[in-house]
Amino acid sequence: MARAVTTQRKALNTAVAWIIGLLIFFPILWTILTSFKTEADAIANPPVLFAFDWTLENYAEVMERSNYGRFLSNSIIIAGGSTILGIIIAVPAAWSMAFVPSKRTKDILLWMLSTKMLPAVGVLYPIYLLCIQLGVLDNRFALVVILMLINLPIIVWMLYTYFKEIPGEILEAARMDGASLKEEILYVLTPMAVPGIASTLLLNFILAWNEAFWTLNLTSVDAAPLTAFIASYSSPEGLFFAKLSAASTMAIAPILILGWFSQKQLVRGLTFGAVK
Amino acid sequence: MSSKTLIRTTSALALCLTASAALAQDTTITIATVNNGDMIRMQGYTDQFTEATGIAVEWVTLEENVLRQRVTTDITTNGGQFDIMTIGMYETPIWGANGWLVPLDNLSEEYNVDDILPAMRGGLSHEGTLYAAPFYGESSMVMYRTDLMEAAGLEMPEAPTWQFIREAAAAMTDRENDINGICLRGKAGWGEGGAFITAMSNSFGARWFDMDWNAQFDTQPWLDTLTFFEGMMSESGPAGYATNGFTENLNLFNQGLCGMWIDATVAASFVTNPEDSEVADSVGFALAPDNGLGVRSNWLWAWALAIPAGTQQSDAALQFIEWATSSDYIELVAENEGWANVPPGARTSLYENPNYISVPFAQMTLDSILSADPNNSTVEPSPYVGIQFAAIPEFAGIASEVSQEFSAFYAGQQTVEEALANAQAITSEAMEAAGY
Amino acid sequence: MATQHSRSAARIMMAPAVFFLLVWMLVPLCMTLWFSVRDFRPLRGGDNGFVGLENFVRFVSSSAFWPAILTTLMIVGGVLLISIVFGVLLAILLDKPMWGQGIVRILVIAPFFVMPTVSALVWKNMFMDSVNGVFAHLWRFFGADPVVWLSEVPTFSIVMIVSWQWLPFATLILLTAIQSLDSEQLEAAEMDGASPLSRFFYITLPHLSRAITIVVLIQTIFLLAIFAEIFVTTGGAFGTRTLTYLIFQRVLESQNVGLGSAGGVYAIILANIVALFLMRIVGKNLDK
Repeated sequence: MARAVTTQRKALNTAVAWIIGLLIFFPILWTILTSFKTEADAIANPPVLFAFDWTLENYAEVMERSNYGRFLSNSIIIAGGSTILGIIIAVPAAWSMAFVPSKRTKDILLWMLSTKMLPAVGVLYPIYLLCIQLGVLDNRFALVVILMLINLPIIVWMLYTYFKEIPGEILEAARMDGASLKEEILYVLTPMAVPGIASTLLLNFILAWNEAFWTLNLTSVDAAPLTAFIASYSSPEGLFFAKLSAASTMAIAPILILGWFSQKQLVRGLTFGAVK
Repeated sequence: MSSKTLIRTTSALALCLTASAALAQDTTITIATVNNGDMIRMQGYTDQFTEATGIAVEWVTLEENVLRQRVTTDITTNGGQFDIMTIGMYETPIWGANGWLVPLDNLSEEYNVDDILPAMRGGLSHEGTLYAAPFYGESSMVMYRTDLMEAAGLEMPEAPTWQFIREAAAAMTDRENDINGICLRGKAGWGEGGAFITAMSNSFGARWFDMDWNAQFDTQPWLDTLTFFEGMMSESGPAGYATNGFTENLNLFNQGLCGMWIDATVAASFVTNPEDSEVADSVGFALAPDNGLGVRSNWLWAWALAIPAGTQQSDAALQFIEWATSSDYIELVAENEGWANVPPGARTSLYENPNYISVPFAQMTLDSILSADPNNSTVEPSPYVGIQFAAIPEFAGIASEVSQEFSAFYAGQQTVEEALANAQAITSEAMEAAGY
Repeated sequence: MATQHSRSAARIMMAPAVFFLLVWMLVPLCMTLWFSVRDFRPLRGGDNGFVGLENFVRFVSSSAFWPAILTTLMIVGGVLLISIVFGVLLAILLDKPMWGQGIVRILVIAPFFVMPTVSALVWKNMFMDSVNGVFAHLWRFFGADPVVWLSEVPTFSIVMIVSWQWLPFATLILLTAIQSLDSEQLEAAEMDGASPLSRFFYITLPHLSRAITIVVLIQTIFLLAIFAEIFVTTGGAFGTRTLTYLIFQRVLESQNVGLGSAGGVYAIILANIVALFLMRIVGKNLDK
């Protein structure tokens, strides 16, 4: 009896969850489907879901027009570089906040978050002038540093909340055994924190990948990532839904695939200390 | 995924990049350009330029608004990111006056600078010096469906009045079949709906500023313009025209959903191209309408190539400009894509070419361009140069806000009086701040 | 327990992060403050000297200022409301036993990976277009007149686009929090005859309060800065101009860096008011 009820319930849950999940995913699915249509099919009335002539011509055209490989590799370098650099700087800071807290620890943490609130457009000219002075316009390394700084508060925050959940006794024990501070971090703390660090890495990679203000305004050719790539496909003359879809799919596919494969890691650590 | 793999992939990619960069030619120029059809076509032919000269070309193709934002930041800060910038008739004289552009005064003999249409040359010069070479030029005109016009029992004159357009639009409208008598730009933005309504207001006797630079939105002609426009569009225009710009209207027209469309003359080659347009064989052309006041409602614009003064490669850049805006380039496109697809509106010789003048819209385009006079754009005298804009640095900012007020009126969010009062306040405030 | 030695080590380890962020905060902040008291118009001869507080007065007295503040709060508030209400519901649903949970979770978090520009372009053109958009087709199918989303309900449209991007984030955090909820407690309440509704309000919701605060804090920081979604869709027309967008118009469209910088200072003040407010709550919640 009870068993039947749960199966029924489970079926209902499944149905509702799948419907909602598909609804939320639909815009992405629609974009991917449209990218395989001809421009005429893309605006067909009534719209067709699958029964159209599948074509790769949009992708061919985008590949011919833009140097996709360069945009893609710039995205990977900038997002990856800024994430790794951010982790290197954030791990020690988060460690000391979590294990040697002082009265001001929380203030410092909140202050760090508040640096994210300076509106980017307001400082475009100052930063642009600064980049000219330093000769780093259209420079991948400069973007790595800037994106690292933008996301650093989030990285520190995430790692801090994660480290705090690690019981202090383990560290005490390690210290008793004569481990140095370096050893303590490298051999005791880091292995325990790997899930948290992995999740932090992923989240920041996503945030850096999708950052569209500085990456667009401080680059032209050499350092331009996918956010700049997509800017050449919005509202040109004539029909463009299919080409826009192809370009959009190419811009989001790498991160979507990465995200899907690693979603377990991402979800596990994405708590920001919300769970006690 | 481990961080080791990530580092390895990253460094491998970095290596590939350095290697490919090393193989490139000695001279590389970077060109910032807009993502419209003619510019993208030009990118396809760039290989021929590189083969002939050994100069490699890097393209930074951006959507119009993003392009403006990028090149303006770069030119005002002397950032030196681009060797050639694609700019319009609005920017060129202002930047030229500031000394930010390399004057194009040593163009070669074969280039024949005198062949550039005088209207274009004038609009791209400051005090007689040319600062940008037109890639293509445009005015605006009426494009209409000959079949629908016939069905409505009407005949389009060569030079229609606004009254005729409004009546014809109403006659062609067929709400049952989603046919809108007329499609026009209502989208906010000074280069979108702002450009259209300003050009239209000229024919109603309106102007942006009087001779003392006072904003004129509190005058009757502006009220007449907006009331007429909104009245006609709600009678015969598409729903949601307040968000339609050039691209949206082009798509509507090509799908056969518009009876008339008044917009850029370059659109003529798109709406008559059977590959893109469902109505390619039934499009007619006429001059932009007027109100009998002596000024028509057509504008003048050019997308032009200019060399920022900060570049190290001005010679190579000049070579490219001469190639891209030459008669030879036009012939190259004509050979491969047909005469209807060449970049129009820049050179006199194009309109003397018997191959081109037989293209259905060629004569009307030329007539429209010739009838536009940026120095004399309004019925009553005005202190500014420009038809759909006023060539002062403050205009872009003001007009983009004013056109937002107008669009809010089209969308029914405020009355015409409120829209005009707001426009007047915005403009007066900004002009006062600018020290006029 | 912490020794003097580990305290100083801790300070050294924190130093790089604090130093970099301090520089990243102070350099732009000082430059913004500097420009905000100068008449700096790149197209009018660049820096034309000191003007005192003129830019500040002009920025506030502009008719666009208060509506922009209101729009900012409406968009931030709207997105927060949607992503938390639906996030909680979705999290509860996803926590229940079902088939294919992993796949559903993948579907639900996908929008978070989409870059804002792409999401704005896709929504604007392929969904909200009043002729060829998916919604227009849907409306016509049911015999209704298509809605012109971006002019008839512009702020709602933007809230919808942004919520779509941020709902997954909220759902994920809330889901992890729900999973940590003690199921025995819920079962006990059920035994005692508590209705599902009261179980939700007296057990689940209090348990989630901490997670909700964190979602509010983190999302607010990102939402105050949204730009691409407005730039691509309405360009600030129809009352969708936020404070960030107004600053963009002053700096880039009007080319008045001084005035825009004054706006930047106001934005920092607004952000800090919001932040202070939030941190009061978060701080309390975090101490628990």
